[in-house]
Amino acid sequence: MVTRMSGFLLNRLSQSIVLLVIVSIIGFTVLNLMPGGPLAQFGLDPGMTQKDVERLATQLGLNRPLWLQYLDWAWRLLQGDWGHSFRDGSSVLAVIGRHLLATLLLMGTSTALAIAAGTWIGIRGATHRYSLFDYCATIGAMVALSVPTFWFGLIGIYIFTLKLGWVPAGNMYTIGDGSVLDYLHHLILPSLVLSLVHVAVWSRYMRTATLDALSQDFVKTARAKGVSERRILLKHVVGNALLPMITLAGMQLPSILTGALVTETVFTWPGMGRLFLDSLGYSDYPVVMGLLIFSAVLVVLGNLIADIVIATVDPRIRLG
Amino acid sequence: MTAIVAHAVPVRWWRSRAVYRFMRHHLALVGIAMITLLVLACAIGPYALPYDSLHIDLRARFAPPLTGQHYFGTDPLGRDLAVRLLMAGRVSLLVGFSAMLLSTLIGTLVGVTAGYRGGWVGAALMRMVDGFLSYPSIFLVLALAATLRPSPVMITVIIAVTSWMETARIVEAEVRSLREREFVQAARMVGLRGGHIMFREVLPNAMGPIIVAASLAVARAILLEAYISFLGYGIQPPLPSWGNMLNGAQQYLASAPWLAIIPGAAITIAVTSFNFIGDGLRDALDVRNDNI
Repeated sequence: MVTRMSGFLLNRLSQSIVLLVIVSIIGFTVLNLMPGGPLAQFGLDPGMTQKDVERLATQLGLNRPLWLQYLDWAWRLLQGDWGHSFRDGSSVLAVIGRHLLATLLLMGTSTALAIAAGTWIGIRGATHRYSLFDYCATIGAMVALSVPTFWFGLIGIYIFTLKLGWVPAGNMYTIGDGSVLDYLHHLILPSLVLSLVHVAVWSRYMRTATLDALSQDFVKTARAKGVSERRILLKHVVGNALLPMITLAGMQLPSILTGALVTETVFTWPGMGRLFLDSLGYSDYPVVMGLLIFSAVLVVLGNLIADIVIATVDPRIRLG
Repeated sequence: MTAIVAHAVPVRWWRSRAVYRFMRHHLALVGIAMITLLVLACAIGPYALPYDSLHIDLRARFAPPLTGQHYFGTDPLGRDLAVRLLMAGRVSLLVGFSAMLLSTLIGTLVGVTAGYRGGWVGAALMRMVDGFLSYPSIFLVLALAATLRPSPVMITVIIAVTSWMETARIVEAEVRSLREREFVQAARMVGLRGGHIMFREVLPNAMGPIIVAASLAVARAILLEAYISFLGYGIQPPLPSWGNMLNGAQQYLASAPWLAIIPGAAITIAVTSFNFIGDGLRDALDVRNDNI
């Protein structure tokens, strides 16, 4: 048992490491596509002549073969040397660290909302299959998947801020306040906006998973034993249907990050997405590159964690 | 040499069961109708409206919808929103459609090669797919769009280059299972070359999933274009696109909400329609239902 588990972990871990290597190669390619490549920062400096830039290129080893440069770059990433921001000279990892919490707060809240709503809608859709509710949920999910997140945000601000005045239009807290209630007040609208797409995805998957679980033999057995429908649903079906959702949560990470970037822009939320756009605006390439790699690493780690969690909870995964 | 195809396209395809099933899928028909209307409106509409999409009229700034002949009102420069919306539709739909063609091409090539060759080539290609999928699409698209010259063609290429992976995955899985079928073995025994078997024998049998993925890819590409243009790194003004029409809309949200509402509604309608069509095609072509 234990060896099976550690074998599974080792296997998954080595896969993730391979994936991280590929991710870093893609990142390195993007870095070299940028105008001026890694030296873009000096191209903007009026104090530096073309000759200085060339000298620097030799000094930094940018005339070496690409694969050598890559190894050097990747080694520095591993050591935590992600470069320095052009804007204030602080290290890229520190800059990202300052914005990470805001993004995680937004993503966490909206994922929790999406899971709660999506699970309920999905299960109800499966138990009341082909009902009016199911039909509306299906169409609603497809429309929700098609609404641009930023537009939903704008409509939300228009209705709930400008017309009703219930919630603030942006930012994470009121300057001078900063109580928990104030944070929550600012969190409501952006997290609702970000969760819309994911409610749609979760409810579709949950519906399928519940239908799957409902057709299993153990449900028939439970019915034959006279267990009440409600108890079957809560004890046998939901647990089994929720398991694949752990994997789904991991798979959804890139799209949640994408949504977070857009949502943060609309609501001036001081997270990683906002930082990414600001850095693009300032041509702060080290931070842009850092965030690009960081987001991909976050996704790889998220998937790894999801796999480990599901393997811990569900013995079939690691034994089968 | 005629291709040996397991369930080839019948001669009278319009009478096939797939078409019959598609025609019974109401949402898909709604999607087809809406897209047809939208395309026609974007193609003909600008000629029927009395304004030019670039004509600036500072006396008519911020006219609300239904002011005179400005059916959708005007923008901060007094340009007619209706005609701009239709001209933007041409750009957005064209970019979305072209990006889909290109990404489907890349995805299919990678998927067929990986699925048919298998071995280390297949493994390497599929790991590359995983690598690309690890990047949140908008981070990658924005980083590329901000550094490369953002012409409409470049935007199309960038969107395609960052969204071929789903197709590749679907095609790879399909081809991997088809590879073991008898008709492929027969083709191998007859002595056909690998390339011929891949593209003339295996690929036609994997068309169903490719078509479904393609219809969903249009929806995705339109959305992605809207996102990056909204953020200012996509299609650049004065060329209008649905995304960049929304670019400045937030600051006028209180005084001129129609500037935000109308282009966003157009995006939603277009994307919803393509998603409906994709759903109908999936049912009609009997493609496994595991990707939403």
